[in-house]
Formats: sequence, C-alpha cells, structure tokens
Amino acid sequence: MLRMRLLVVLTLAALVAAPAAAQTEIVWWHAMGGALGEKVNEIAAGFNESQDEYVVTPVYRGSYAETMTGAIAAFRAGEQPHIVQVFEVGTATMMAAEGGIYPVHELMGKYAEGWNPDAYLPAVISYYVSDEGNLLSLPFNSSTPVLWYNQDALDELGLEVPTTWEELEAAANTAVENGWECGMTSAWQTWIQLENFSAWHDLPFATLNNGYGGLGTEMAIDNEGVINHIAQLQRMTENNAFVYPGRESAGEPMFLNQECVFFFNSSAGYGAINTGADFEFGQTMMPVDTRIREEPQNSIIGGATLWVLQGHEEEEYRGVARFFEYLSTPEVQADWHQFTGYVPITLAAYELSQEQGFYEENPGTDTAIKQLTLNEPTPNSRGIRLGNFVQIRTVMDEELEAVWSGQKTPEEAINAIVQRGNELLRQFERANR
Amino acid sequence: MSERSFFKNRWLPYWLLLPQLLITAVFFLWPAGKALLQSVQRQDAWGLNSSFVGLANFFDLFRDDLYLQSFGTTLIFSVAVTLIALAGGLLFAACADFILKGSNAYRSLLMWPYAVAPAIAGALWYFMFNPSLGIIANALEAIGYDWNHALDGGDALLLVIMASAWRQIGYNFLFFLAGLQAVPNSVIEAAAIDGAAPVRRFWAIIFPLLSPITFFLIVLNTVYSFFDTFGVIHATTQGGPIQATSILVYKVYETGFLSQDLGGSAAQSVVLMTMVIALTFIQFRYLGARVHY
Amino acid sequence: MVERTPLLRFLAHLILIVGVVITLFPLWVAFVASTHPIENLISGPFPLLPGNQLVENYSKVLFQGGSSFGRIPATTMMLNSLIMAVGITVGKLVVSFLAAFAIVYFRFPGRNIFFFLIFITLMLPVEVRIVPTYDVVSNVFGPFQALLEATRIDRLLEAVAGIEVDLEWRLLNTYMGLILPIIASATATFLFRQFFQTVPDELVDAARIDGAGPMQFMTRILLPLSRTNIAALSVILFIFGWNQYLWPLLVAQENRLLTVVVGIQRYVNAADSLPVWHEAMALTVLAMLPPVIVVLLLQRLFLKALIDTDK
Repeated sequence: MLRMRLLVVLTLAALVAAPAAAQTEIVWWHAMGGALGEKVNEIAAGFNESQDEYVVTPVYRGSYAETMTGAIAAFRAGEQPHIVQVFEVGTATMMAAEGGIYPVHELMGKYAEGWNPDAYLPAVISYYVSDEGNLLSLPFNSSTPVLWYNQDALDELGLEVPTTWEELEAAANTAVENGWECGMTSAWQTWIQLENFSAWHDLPFATLNNGYGGLGTEMAIDNEGVINHIAQLQRMTENNAFVYPGRESAGEPMFLNQECVFFFNSSAGYGAINTGADFEFGQTMMPVDTRIREEPQNSIIGGATLWVLQGHEEEEYRGVARFFEYLSTPEVQADWHQFTGYVPITLAAYELSQEQGFYEENPGTDTAIKQLTLNEPTPNSRGIRLGNFVQIRTVMDEELEAVWSGQKTPEEAINAIVQRGNELLRQFERANR
Repeated sequence: MSERSFFKNRWLPYWLLLPQLLITAVFFLWPAGKALLQSVQRQDAWGLNSSFVGLANFFDLFRDDLYLQSFGTTLIFSVAVTLIALAGGLLFAACADFILKGSNAYRSLLMWPYAVAPAIAGALWYFMFNPSLGIIANALEAIGYDWNHALDGGDALLLVIMASAWRQIGYNFLFFLAGLQAVPNSVIEAAAIDGAAPVRRFWAIIFPLLSPITFFLIVLNTVYSFFDTFGVIHATTQGGPIQATSILVYKVYETGFLSQDLGGSAAQSVVLMTMVIALTFIQFRYLGARVHY
Repeated sequence: MVERTPLLRFLAHLILIVGVVITLFPLWVAFVASTHPIENLISGPFPLLPGNQLVENYSKVLFQGGSSFGRIPATTMMLNSLIMAVGITVGKLVVSFLAAFAIVYFRFPGRNIFFFLIFITLMLPVEVRIVPTYDVVSNVFGPFQALLEATRIDRLLEAVAGIEVDLEWRLLNTYMGLILPIIASATATFLFRQFFQTVPDELVDAARIDGAGPMQFMTRILLPLSRTNIAALSVILFIFGWNQYLWPLLVAQENRLLTVVVGIQRYVNAADSLPVWHEAMALTVLAMLPPVIVVLLLQRLFLKALIDTDK
C-alpha cells in the first residue's frame, strides 16, 4: 500500500511538474452554450492575453442546473473548479455552504486593491448580497425578462405594442384569428410568469421577505393575483393565443420561425434573436395585470453569477481577483452587454454604452435595465432567496405543465406548488441548520 | 458446476483472481456499502454535515407519489420497449428466414443501430420530433396531429419508447434469425406436407421452438430498458413533462445529482439493487445462469 | 417441398424494406441536417436532400470544435472515446480471463464465495449506484484510509516510524477513472467460464502428463483456443465501452477528457441560445461511425459473440 502511495505520489509529482510554466491556471465552469459560449471563450482569451501570470480556462458544463450541481459534487470529491457560474436560484444553496464558498467581497478586499463595491448597480447586486450588505458572488450575466415582439407582424395586423395583459391577450387573439399558429409563447415560465410576475406586481413570492429573512420561509404564491394570472394563461392556451413550448428557453425557435408574434424571454435572448430573426423585432417592458395594479413595481434578476469555491492556493485566488477586476472593466462589460443583452453590472459600463450610442441605435436594448430600476425595490421585488430553489423550480414547472395539459385547475396547481415547495424548504432547513 | 480436471496450487488461484476481486471490491462492493450507509443518513449538498436518520429516507420515498408513479412509468416503458423490439425483431427475422436469398444484405442493414449509443438514439429521435423543426413533427402537424413532447406526457413517453426500441430491434432480429435458421428443415417440410399455410405453420410449429430464445430475449430487453436507457431519457426529455418519462434509473441520478438529495438517491439505489439482486438470484436458481451485455 | 409463392415472397420483401427504411431514416435525417447551414433547418420545410455545407460543417466540428462549448474539436472527443473503449475492452478481457481460469481450473477454499461476489455484479450497471461510485472514485483509497484511522494504525506508524500516512488516489478527471469502474462487472468472466467448461478435460490431463504447469497450460493451450472468442468479445466490449454515457458525463469534468457521446448532449442543451443542430448532427454522425463500422466490418465475429456465447 505504501509503495503504491509512493508510486502515486511520484506519478502525480511528475504530472504536476510537467507544465513547469510560470502561469497559474484558473478553472472556470460555466453554462453558456452556443453563441454565448463563444463570447465567454473570447473574454477568457482577452484576459489571458492582457497579462502573463494567469490562464483562465473556461469549461462548458451543460445546463445551469448541471453546472451548479456538478460543481457541488466536485467539491465533495475535492475536485472543484475555482470559479463556477451559478444561476440565481442557486443563491441560497451556495450561501449555505459556509466553508464551501469564498465570498467575493472577502476575496476582492484581500487581493484587489481599490476594489469598490459601490461601482455595481444596486438593482443588479441586491439579489446577491448577504444580510450585512456584503457581495457574495460576482454578477456576470444578469438579465431580466422582457416581452419580445415581431414588429412586421404587428404592422401587418395593425396592432400596437401591448402594455397590459388585457391588451396582450387581445393582440394574441387577433394574431391567431389572422392565421398565426400561435399568439404568444414564453420561455422560462417559472421565472417569468411566477417569480417575476409576483415582483412586477409587488406580490409576495414567499414569506420572510421572499426568504431573505431566514430558513423558515414558506411559499406565498397562493394569492388571487397569481391564480388569476395562470387562469388567464390557461384560457389563452385554448385557442393557441398562448402556446407552451417546453421548459427553459425552448420557445426561442418558435419566435424565430415566425410561429408566434409575442415572446416572453430573458433580455439575454438578444444575441440569439438578433442573429436568428429575419424580421423586424422589438422588445418592451412586461405587461401589467391591471386587476392587481395600475403601475408595475420593478422586475427581478435572472441569469447567473460567478461564485468562488474554497480549497485552492492563495496564488490562484490572486488570479481570480485579477480576472474579476478584468470582467468588471467598463469595456469588457459594455461589450458583453451589447452582444448578449445581459444587463451591464456597473454604472460605468451602462454609461459607456450610452456614450457609444448603443441604445439610440438599438431602441429597446435598455428595457431590461429600466425595468430593474423602475422603483425602489420592496421586500417583494428585491429578489428571491429559497433553499432547494432548483427543485422548487422543477416543481413549479411540473405543476404548470399540469395546468397547460388540462390535468389540473390553476388553483389546484398553485396549491400543489405551495405544498410541495414547503416540503422542499423544510428539507433544506433540516439539512442546513 | 461439473467436476472436471484441475490443477493443484495453493496460492496461484488467489493471485489470478486478485485483479477482478480488487476491482469488484473497490468499485462495486464498497460503493454498494456506501449506498447502504448514505441511505440512512441525511446530508447537506456540500457534504459538510450529515446526521443519522434511520429509515426516514425510505419512508419519504414510499410516501412520495412521484416515486411510486415512477415504478408505473418504468413498467409501462419497459413492457412497451420490450414488446415493440421483440415483435419487430421477430417479424423481420421471420421474413428474412422466409426469403433465404438476400437475407444477409437485410441483416447488415437492420443490425447496425445496435452499435448506436442510447444517448445518440435519443438525440436522433429528439431531433426528428422537435416541435419546431423536426421532420416527423412537421409531417404529423400536416396531417392534423399536434405533436408536443414538451407538454404531452404521452407523446414524451412515446418518443423515448420509440428511440429505445429502434435501437434494440436489430439485436433481437439477429437472435431470432439465428434461432429460425437452426430449425431443422425436416420439421418445416413435415408441416408443409400437412398443408398448413405458411403463417399458421409459423405460429403453430416454428414459434414454439423459439421459446428459449424468446424467453432469454425478454430478460435481456427488460434489463436494457431498465438501465441502459438512461442515456435516451437524459439526452431528450430529462424525465419530463411532469415526470412522465422519469424511469427509476433516471430518478436515482436526478435525486442524487440534480436535487442533491444524497440520502434519497442512496435509498433509491438500495431499492433498485435489492430488486435486481433478487431477480438475478431467481434467474440463477431456476432458469440457469445466462449472460447479458 | 416448402412452397414460396411469389406473392408471399413479395410481401416478405416489402416488410423488410419497410424495416430497413425505419432503421435508416433517422440516420439519413441526421446526415442531411449535418450538411446544411443552420438557417435551412430553422425555417421552412425540412430538407430531404443533402445541402452544400458538408465539408464546412464537418471540418469545423472535427478540427475546431463547435461554437457551443470550449471549441473542443471532435477529433479530441473521438480520441477520448477510443481510449475509453479500448481501455474497457482490454481491461475487462485480461481481468476476466484470469479470474475465469482460476475459477474453472482450480479448487481452493473460498472459491464459491468469490464466485458469488463476482457474480452479483452481473446485473447491476454502474448507473444504479451512481452517487456512491462517484464518491469512491474521488478517492479510491478512502476505504483504506478510513480503516487505518479507525484502527489507529496511522498514529502508531507516525509515532514509531515517523511515516505520515495519507492515502489518496483520485481518479476523477483521469482515463483510469473513466475505465476502471466500468470494468467492475462480471459479464466477460462469466463468458470465459462457460467457454472453459467446454474445453475437453483430455487437454488438461495431457498438459499435466507433459509436465506443464497451470500457467503454461493457460498461455500455450487455453489462450490459442480462446482466440476467436476473445476477438468476438472484443467487438461487443468495444461498442459497450464507446457508448458509455452517464459515467463519463460525471467523471470527465474537464474538456480535455470529454467523450464524443457526452459531447452531443452538450451541443443539444444550451442555455439562453439556440442549439446548433447542424453541428450537433455532424457530431452525431461522427460519433456513430466507429462502432457502426466495427459492427459491419466484423459482422461475422460480432454475430458469433452474440449468438454463441449467449447460448
């Protein structure tokens, strides 16, 4: 056994010694496929060329859920990357791992002189700050849902851009009556039609300030506003005024193929829509359900942030800090924002995009940031911080699918979400006490 | 085991067995033991703290309607895949046996999907049935069937069943064809003299002769549809919609890696292992040990 | 004489042709999709004939890697799949041959227990115990270390000999990690055992009279006799290894170890962006080629392995 050990050590030593380069490698797991993945590689390459001490290696790990869970499993096995991109629903799970994560404010405070947390847009980072107001992870690709529409179709049908749900339903009906296969479709139904719908109308999503107040939180979406909203969507499915495309971003091809006139999607759909649409398109703020409020509150963040994991060498963390500084520079940020449609995370990047005339040339591209900063956030619209949120999302997806396929009434489904969601919350509470 | 000649040597057999035993111990017995241990613990996702909870994980499992539903799903899925793959294999084998000449060309054309990974089979069918750009989904739409595996659990289940069975038909075909070609000509001719029509002749006389092969293939196809189809599910529906395609083996992965519920996943592993070991044992005792891949 | 009327013959051919069409159609669709630009797939009716981008798409996927992730060229992925498949094939054959030889040609205490332990693995694929297996592979020496710590031997060693024992052998992100756990199932052992039992006893007796020891008997007589079986089994094991999916999905976390079957899933599931179907299908065709070619070229061996050994 001992000889084996020696042998292993020797081979390991040989392996470690082999790349005797002075460069320290930093591994970055991410979930950016397609064109976004290209861009991620570009950013890493830009950083690698900007200095010669560190090399950032981006690794595409599949979907958001698989990237995050893979990183946690790797942590258990002692094989974790330095940086992992985690979508917003993973926030509570990541925060619960004391000893697992290296909070960004600590990292930057230690290794990055002159790092200023105030440079970031409050609306963007509020989702990711601790109770003491410290930034835990670096917002990298933050988005918010917007309503995309096919401008050519609106012109042809003689329709205005809708601002309320009533108008949207009427417009979708008009489209279907005039031979469109589908009036409206929606990506990320849970994030858009439940989480953001609640924030947008200042409705609570969960108790204890949407979970910010502790592990004892409970689901609170069994309110009239949400149930009526799901009922309206269900009614719209009957004549294809609303067509359910599948989970996550499955609806994208339906909008690009001109099957649907309206499309709820992340503002980050911009890159794909811009390259894929051969028609005039536009984006506008999410409509308001006037039965609940006349004016919207503000929308909440989606997308993902970069978390730093514990268990690496000091020199490597120094490199991570350098990389984060690079990522936060206005030039990198503005470029990323303008290419993808993710919101800029710093005020400087936003101002730079303005100076460059990006918003004037591409009307609507500042919709996301306007939505996020519409009003001072309330406890219902700051964000959502639930444990086991990834599974709760799955539960919401399943129950909504039961509504769209006619197996459950909206009320039954929402109640089931609350009941199953609460079970998952209690499970998380027990495991993380 | 028959008594036969053998060598006498005190230590050599142990040395010969050592590699296999070591690998079995480290990568099979140890994980199986670990599964038992984890199944009575509750751990947080990061493995930073764990506590003993007795049989709570098992109780949670059997109280979970979706887990129980998964048994039903697995059953429907396995029976359907096995039936389709066996019926298809038998039909083609009977036809190929009947025409004699040229059956080799058909054999080559029919058997290759066995070489395709289940995950790839899934990706192929998923692509053909993609509601927006899939060739078959569009064809179905043209004849008025609105195919939607994102919402319709039946469509989704059908999709993974077709992809799984498609990959398996050629395999069954090979076995049936070999079985048919081993049927003595005298039997067939005797039946022909009786004046039975070919189809009746097949069912009455030839098919019963194939029963050992049929039975063996049922076992094989069942095992395949229970475990090897993970790739089909994961690369296509990921268990959805509403867990309509969440078969047991996918649930183990989903609970353990995506939901990060280690205890629950380990409990499911224990349940599955118990089931399989029991079945294997029965097979070993009563049916004579057979081999599968 | 058995009659084969033209009508019946025609019917049989028809059924078989339908079968062939069903079998080949998905492949055709994949091939067609892999030769078009993405626009042709997204809008309008699906093309039924190959497009004009065959060379571009395939060379991009093969040598640059797709735009989806990390630009890993398919050549790298195919090489990884090959290493994994060959490793699993060779490993299984060697380990199984030796074990089966021991079980058939020796009588020794514990033989039945060992045989049973190995036999249990027969029907339990790695998928069933995926979480604990992942844990084990993250440190294979975990059990030994636990044993030392539990028995305090480590302290003893430290005190007496000054050796600090910290056993660690990580297999995540290694080819070994991809290969070894997959070898831990006894299918091949079983096959060899069955085959050895058909070898006439006289050969053993003759070898013994000639004064040959067990190892000489194994290398000089048994191995040549098993040649065809080994070749046939290699075909099956190669396909089995090449097509592994769940295990490499979890163990190979670094791009340099990505296998081609897992690569396809990565292409198809992309967050916030459209799947690049034309590239995904090019990769699918590439991933299918090696095992399909092996089966078609080595049909005779493949059939022999399937039919003979299973009876």
